[in-house]
Amino acid sequence: MSPNHPNPESIPVFSPQLAARFDALVQKYPVKRSALIPMLLYAQDEVGYLSDAVVAEVARRIGITELEVRNVATYYSMLRFRPAGQFNIQVCTNISCLLRGAYEVYERFQEELGVGPHGVTPDGVFSLEEVECVGACCWAPAVQVNYDFHDELKPDLVPGILSGYRGKAKAGNNGASSLEKKANSKEPHA
Amino acid sequence: MPDVTFTVDGKKLTAPAGTLLIDACRKAGIEIPAFCYYPGLSLQAACRMCVVRQEKVPKLQTACTTTVAEGQVFVTESPEIAQARKATIELLLGNHPLDCPVCDAGGECELQDMNFKYGAGESLYAEAKHHRDEQQWSPAVFYDRPRCILCYRCTRMCGEGMDVWALGVNNRGADSVIVPNDGQQLDCEQCGMCIDVCPVGALTSGSYRYKTRPWEMNHVSTVCTHCADGCKVTLGVRSTTDGAEIIRADNRDKSGINGDFLCAKGRFGFDFVESADRLTKPLVRNSAGKLEPATWEHALSVAAKKLKEIRDSRGGAAIGVIGSNRTTNEENYLLQKFSRTVLATNNIDHERTTDYASFARALAGHPGKTASLRDIASACAILLVGTNPTDEHPLLAWLLRTDVRLNRARLYIANHAPIKLERQARAMQGLPPNGYKDLTTILDRGETDLAKAVKAEESLIVIFGSEIRGTAIHNLVTWGLNRGPNPDSVRFACLGDHSNSRGAADMGLFPDLLPGYVPITEPGAFVEYADLPPAAGKTLSQMLDVATAGELGALLVVGANPVSRAPLNPAALKNTFLIVQDLFLTETATLAEVVLPAASLYEKSGTVTNTFGDVQIVRKAADRAGVKPDFEILVRLAEAMGGPIKGLVPFGRAGTTADLGQSRGAQSGEADRHAVWLEANGLEPRLSPFDPFALFDEIERLVPGYAIDRINLIAGNDVHSEPASPGLVPVTALAGEDFIVPAHDTLFTSGTLGRYSAALKQLEEHQAKELAKSAAD
Amino acid sequence: MPRLVSHPDEVKIVSRRFGMGAEKIDRYLELGGYEAVMKCLAQDSDWIINEMKASNLRGRGGAGFSAGMKWSFVPRQSAKPKYILVNGDESEPGTCKDHLIFLHDPHSVIEGTIIAGLAVGAKMGFIYLRGEYRYLLEITERAVADAYQRGFLGKNIFGSGKEFEIITQTGAGAYEVGEESALMESLEGKRGVPRIKPPFPAVVGLYGGPTVINNAETIATVPHVINMGAAAYAAVGTPRNGGTRLFSISGHVERPGVYELPMGYNLKKMIYEVAGGIRGGRNLKAVVPGGSSTPVLLPQEIDIGMDFDQVGKAGSMLGSGGVVVIDDQTCIVEFALRTISFYAHESCGWCIPCREGTDWLKKSLTRFHAGFGAPSDIDNMQYLAENMLGRTFCPLGDAAAMPTIAFIKKFRKEFEDHLNGKPCPFAREGVLQLTVV
Repeated sequence: MSPNHPNPESIPVFSPQLAARFDALVQKYPVKRSALIPMLLYAQDEVGYLSDAVVAEVARRIGITELEVRNVATYYSMLRFRPAGQFNIQVCTNISCLLRGAYEVYERFQEELGVGPHGVTPDGVFSLEEVECVGACCWAPAVQVNYDFHDELKPDLVPGILSGYRGKAKAGNNGASSLEKKANSKEPHA
Repeated sequence: MPDVTFTVDGKKLTAPAGTLLIDACRKAGIEIPAFCYYPGLSLQAACRMCVVRQEKVPKLQTACTTTVAEGQVFVTESPEIAQARKATIELLLGNHPLDCPVCDAGGECELQDMNFKYGAGESLYAEAKHHRDEQQWSPAVFYDRPRCILCYRCTRMCGEGMDVWALGVNNRGADSVIVPNDGQQLDCEQCGMCIDVCPVGALTSGSYRYKTRPWEMNHVSTVCTHCADGCKVTLGVRSTTDGAEIIRADNRDKSGINGDFLCAKGRFGFDFVESADRLTKPLVRNSAGKLEPATWEHALSVAAKKLKEIRDSRGGAAIGVIGSNRTTNEENYLLQKFSRTVLATNNIDHERTTDYASFARALAGHPGKTASLRDIASACAILLVGTNPTDEHPLLAWLLRTDVRLNRARLYIANHAPIKLERQARAMQGLPPNGYKDLTTILDRGETDLAKAVKAEESLIVIFGSEIRGTAIHNLVTWGLNRGPNPDSVRFACLGDHSNSRGAADMGLFPDLLPGYVPITEPGAFVEYADLPPAAGKTLSQMLDVATAGELGALLVVGANPVSRAPLNPAALKNTFLIVQDLFLTETATLAEVVLPAASLYEKSGTVTNTFGDVQIVRKAADRAGVKPDFEILVRLAEAMGGPIKGLVPFGRAGTTADLGQSRGAQSGEADRHAVWLEANGLEPRLSPFDPFALFDEIERLVPGYAIDRINLIAGNDVHSEPASPGLVPVTALAGEDFIVPAHDTLFTSGTLGRYSAALKQLEEHQAKELAKSAAD
Repeated sequence: MPRLVSHPDEVKIVSRRFGMGAEKIDRYLELGGYEAVMKCLAQDSDWIINEMKASNLRGRGGAGFSAGMKWSFVPRQSAKPKYILVNGDESEPGTCKDHLIFLHDPHSVIEGTIIAGLAVGAKMGFIYLRGEYRYLLEITERAVADAYQRGFLGKNIFGSGKEFEIITQTGAGAYEVGEESALMESLEGKRGVPRIKPPFPAVVGLYGGPTVINNAETIATVPHVINMGAAAYAAVGTPRNGGTRLFSISGHVERPGVYELPMGYNLKKMIYEVAGGIRGGRNLKAVVPGGSSTPVLLPQEIDIGMDFDQVGKAGSMLGSGGVVVIDDQTCIVEFALRTISFYAHESCGWCIPCREGTDWLKKSLTRFHAGFGAPSDIDNMQYLAENMLGRTFCPLGDAAAMPTIAFIKKFRKEFEDHLNGKPCPFAREGVLQLTVV
């Protein structure tokens, strides 16, 4: 029953670079739909979250319905439908991190940022969430800020991490597009 | 697949290798519980209720995914299995509300039943249940997540079954939820199949929910009154102060060719029966020119007196009769017999929606060439020409989709516009809007993909819509009959509109054709009709022309609305005494001198024939004080004209007359069964003259192709008929095409009748809004 | 960078290039890289499969199925293309070994994938990394690009005339996708719900074609097996448990880290010698030997060799090799709650026992740990878990049920200590709340 949608290309949902990347992505696989999950994640990296416009545009590019996109997107826990902060702090509290003080670290982040679980700071720079195992169990407790890992944390290290990112936020990066730049600056581990 | 033998609960069973264990067991009468398994839909193995023990396999196996092989040994009931099922239900009830007394599905809930059989006596659950507010997705569909057990029947039915894919699953784990395609709204065909397959009270119907408890209803299996596919429908009825009301339509009786399928019209479009616009008293135009309520006796006597007067003074040729596409075969047969033998006129026609007459002529002398719906359901290859079944023949579309999906049938489509069924098609042949005449040439040339593929098909069913008429039908049928070395391998179906348009044609609502398409000019045709007028009468358009010229004395319109069909100046009928039998004060009825309130198809008994020629029994479900079935109205009209009723309806066989005042025609199926017993015991059946089955004997005897298996029919099965009189001769005088106006109904319209269904109107408006929304996106 | 550790007992095979810059292709070649694949190009596919079988290399993902056997199930002839799928969706709590493989030695995964392709006649491989491993995906993508540039991948690999393509893929947060058929679904752009088996992936897998799915560690081991020879590799481990294993040792030990030890290495020794013993001189309370889904072992149960068979005999599983060490200051109820919360969060929701069972257990344990338990809760939770076991659509249900049963059975006393409003004996401020949603 999905009627023909007018071509939404007139609405620039993605940057030209990302659009070009997606053009290549749908060619990459034996079946176009395999591009769906990477496309959603990369779109989120740029736009900040999966807005209705992103869902519609991804559906159009893959050639499936928006419902199908949402069926898939809502399954994966990294994908979100509301904006997060420019730096999304993901504190692992799973068993290995739990044993080594993850909750103390998590609380310290809450105190420093003044936000609770899934909170976003008023300036939009940080958001905070508790996440499941991020695969850094031997370097616990671990935190991911966007895609950067921070290992072997202690509550006292939290202010330093935050000020580092605050500096980056102030350094003229505005909003989501900074994620792309950051991904290129190779310093994944603090 | 070769048969294999295996053991279930100590019993030796045999089934083709590869049969699903759950199917094999159910066939053998061994019930295996399941929520997610649904015959015909893809396998899920999600509910874990169908677990069984297979010998030499360490874990319990799901019977819905286990295929049988030689020598296997299964146990389907044991303490271990009962415990597994009990635990699964306990888990399910963890988050499921335990408020069955106020649940709409209470009393017909599979979870309730399963819990009754396997469930625990007390709940271990002490946690808070997940709550979500109930959502309304459309006028037809409500969703209550807490009651949902995530069996995915609805999503599969919508996707695989309907090819609509309007339902999805969002989130994961215990947060999983069924979602509609437009955020909080459903943009779909509104068929309600999702509600039908829901085993619990999660999906409920806007028209039924919280109106009754299921056990308060009686369930009557009859035939849908809307399109010409003839779905069997089970009406849930409940007594009211002025009769019996219909509360729900579904197909609990899955014996029909439609299985559990119903479209929006069949499922929700029954509410016209209860419409406030419904006529419940006869109306007679008074001296002031206004229609005013009258008694049946008065109204019938006014009508009868006028008809008699005109017949006797100006002859039957001054009277016209227009029949209905929705009345029963018995009523249609009676109407033409009444017209020809009582009114003495062949001026009889109906609102033709397709060219059944040309179809019958084209097949004359070729028996066994019409395709029943059951033939189509299992056909290997189908050529669909000039029709959009998704909108106009939802059951046909369902059967074609199912045949393609489950039997890998090959569907070929030749059409002038894109249609949804193309998604199932192997090959397409686009044609210009008036290009159907060239189709056989294209097929013969064998150059296009479709022509090549069709040529390679050994057997073929050709289904064509109302765009194909007259000589085009002749050409297509001739092409089909000559296409292959094996002439037995082709069958045809001609598509018309409304529930008994085929019956109207079969029963001879034609000026030139008697029942069974026997030409009126055929020597010796219907010799037992007394004083059959010898010459062909006037067609519907001709009658209206004559009326406009002021030369038609009277016009009897039964369940038709010719004034709205071909916009007619109301003044055109001012010199014609118009009698209308209808449910509503239609555009035509408004002009009448006498209006007689008729019963709908859901309020009467008889038979109808779908567009494929499948005859089915109609059973009285609802009742409305004041209305009468058209059958009874016609008999009373004839009686009021002083005619010999026994000549019209052969009741009381050995000369006993029954009381005309009795009205058990309503329960005619019962009367007929009584008659069978009485006759078998050498006693005389006492049939009522209002009992359609009093006439069915005559139809069986006189109408070519209707000598059908009556016991099977009465049992509720569809029985194929095939009027192909060997004596048919081409009638060229009436080029049928001119008188055909297809209804072009959508999923939510149903001719004049559909306008009186508030439910269908709501659905139409909802879908119009959805369309506007997506256009704006 | 994640800290690398070392111990004299280690036998470095898979990890031998860790920390040596082998993510760069030239360095990888210097360190003997791509020799195995060239060796295989000179042999036929049967030879490769037989070597794999003889090596006793068992799947490192957790199920421990023989890699060589798995490869041999792929039909020789297939109308549909065959695929190699590398499972780098490392998500089992307690496990971070693939993290290091992709970081330090991505070419070993590429090389192993090519060899698997040669063995089964596949021309395309996929390397699927969990979404959180974005920086590792970028390292792997660079390695793949370098391999293409050198002609190690593409239409004519190593000038052999043979074709092999590799596509990298990111996940987006789903433990369940680590299940092989769910992984294929995810790679096809769908919800990560497992498929009905049979058919098994070796017959009908990705895009309907025959597919070999191996854990990243398994694949990274393949070149070493070829280089060392199957017999030499098998000789490192115990019978039917060939070679070494990357053990991720985490929790309350002095020197947590990923250690490569021979299969069958003693668990007690692993904790007390390799990982430096219990942190802060405390006492050992329990060990989760193979990732969070494996039943917990008590201190008296850990004097066992760490291979699939011996750990199985001890009533647990070797799983993914994630050894989580728990000291005596830990609340087992809290630990159980955190474990089950994870499975409730990750259950795909497809089947009733797992979807409802994990949710129920999480709710019960949350209430219980908060001090609102009833004596009957303990038996109820055990009953629930026992009734999930073996009844679910995929192993995730078992993964949640097995540890729960073990926690309750082995630490019943500690559960009872939480009853009747008694405070959690280990309560720390603010740690009772779980907010993962």
